[in-house]
Amino acid sequence: MLTVKDIHVSYGAIHAIKGVSLTVNDGEIVSLIGANGAGKTTILHTISGLLRASSGSIDYNGTDLAKVHPSKIINLGMAHVPEGRHVFTRMTVEENLRMGAFISNNPAKVSENIDRSYQRFPRLAERRKQFAGTLSGGEQQMLAMARALMTDPRIVLMDEPSMGLSPLLVKEVFSIIKSLHEAGITVLLVEQNAKMALSIADRAYVLETGHIAMEGRAADLLNDDKVRQAYLGA
Amino acid sequence: MNPFLLFIQQLVNGLRVGSIYALVALGYTMVYGIIRLINFAHGDFIMVGGYTLAFTVPLMVAAGMPAWLAVVAAIITCAITGILVEKLAYSPVRRRGNRMSSLITAIAMSLLLENGAQVLFGANPRGVGTLFTLPNIGVFSGTTLLTIVLGALVMIALQLFVNKTKMGRGMRAVSEDKEAATLMGVHVNRTIAITFAVGSALAAVASLMYCAQYNQVTTTMGSMLGLKAFVAAVLGGIGVVPGAMLGGILIGVVESLSKAYIGTLTGGVITSAFSDAIVFAILIVVLLVKPAGILGSNAGEKV
Repeated sequence: MLTVKDIHVSYGAIHAIKGVSLTVNDGEIVSLIGANGAGKTTILHTISGLLRASSGSIDYNGTDLAKVHPSKIINLGMAHVPEGRHVFTRMTVEENLRMGAFISNNPAKVSENIDRSYQRFPRLAERRKQFAGTLSGGEQQMLAMARALMTDPRIVLMDEPSMGLSPLLVKEVFSIIKSLHEAGITVLLVEQNAKMALSIADRAYVLETGHIAMEGRAADLLNDDKVRQAYLGA
Repeated sequence: MNPFLLFIQQLVNGLRVGSIYALVALGYTMVYGIIRLINFAHGDFIMVGGYTLAFTVPLMVAAGMPAWLAVVAAIITCAITGILVEKLAYSPVRRRGNRMSSLITAIAMSLLLENGAQVLFGANPRGVGTLFTLPNIGVFSGTTLLTIVLGALVMIALQLFVNKTKMGRGMRAVSEDKEAATLMGVHVNRTIAITFAVGSALAAVASLMYCAQYNQVTTTMGSMLGLKAFVAAVLGGIGVVPGAMLGGILIGVVESLSKAYIGTLTGGVITSAFSDAIVFAILIVVLLVKPAGILGSNAGEKV
């Protein structure tokens, strides 16, 4: 579904991604784990067009994403839940959901998907008229996820969805990701919480300062000594 | 004249000037809201609109059409000017430089437009001709009342546009978070260009109101008007659309009332010539008490 081949990405003089390749197959949850600053977010930004690779290619169902304007990526059925949620704080919850369906020209479908969001995230229904800036971190994360699902994407890129959340909320977020997976949505998950990420993923990549250090089945990585020592604190 | 009636008349005059300020202030505030730039050339867009009127009004009259329809030409010219200024000057500088370079570019753009107009059209004022022939209603001139009504209608339309339409939502999204807006499918650069077009179109409507009152244009007509509208935008809370409206009306009313009464109230110590100083003094006081402006809030700014 998604094939990233040998991409290099730089911020000015800083060579952040040094030849990363990865694949995500239809229906999988693939995790990208690694320490802070390893380049996980940079990879997601490059896939969704917010950054451009200086070399390498990104193929999504036969489309070369480097040739797609970043604002058109969502039309291809790819949604991105950015790190730090990035909800529109000066818009209401409902307006945020409408923004999620910005590309849609079908108001009936948009209303239907808003209702579905409220069923999936009842807390958002209670707060539909509230400004997103007044929500708690957990609620903002739910909103960011609900917003990304408004266009019925086939693949969702999730960047640190558990960041800054209480253990209880982390569990909830991961159970939502699982339920999306069960609904047939492909997920590329970037996480610092390696243990949780590996526990729900099919496969995973371990990123170290701009390159892939290890890859494999998530269950195998979870039991790998090196991974356990470096990322699982055991 | 009955003093109460005189007061009402001054108030209505203030509302008229205030409507013009408000429309211009909206242009400042919308552009600031979306790219955090004070577009110093915005005042000169009024001048562009004014000269467009001066040239197209005779054509309209010759063609047997109402003179005020020339505002359509002014709106189109101003919108195109706004987009060109953004695409040719601001956007390239924004991508390479910092905010200070953008600000300097805006000042340069203002000087370029003013002096360019002077080269093209000369330094002498140019007559615009009669835009409206309206009967007076009581002590109020028809043009004044029309200006106020037109201003109110345009502002209501703008509020609906910004809050209820898809394009307006896209603008608000870009103004708050360009990356997130992009991820939602909003074309950021196009949205910025549209914002310039809308802001400049409002300046064109303001130029119609100005010309309806003064019947002539000069190459520098936009500088003081622009400066006061900028003050209005800051007073109301820059980046906040209703703030620009409130600030504009407030400045217009204060200016008109101070012109009428300050001389008598201070026994001739401060004359009406000080009305501009009073406007700017109010700005200073408001900013000391509420730095973000009347309707502005710092809560929206992310850290």
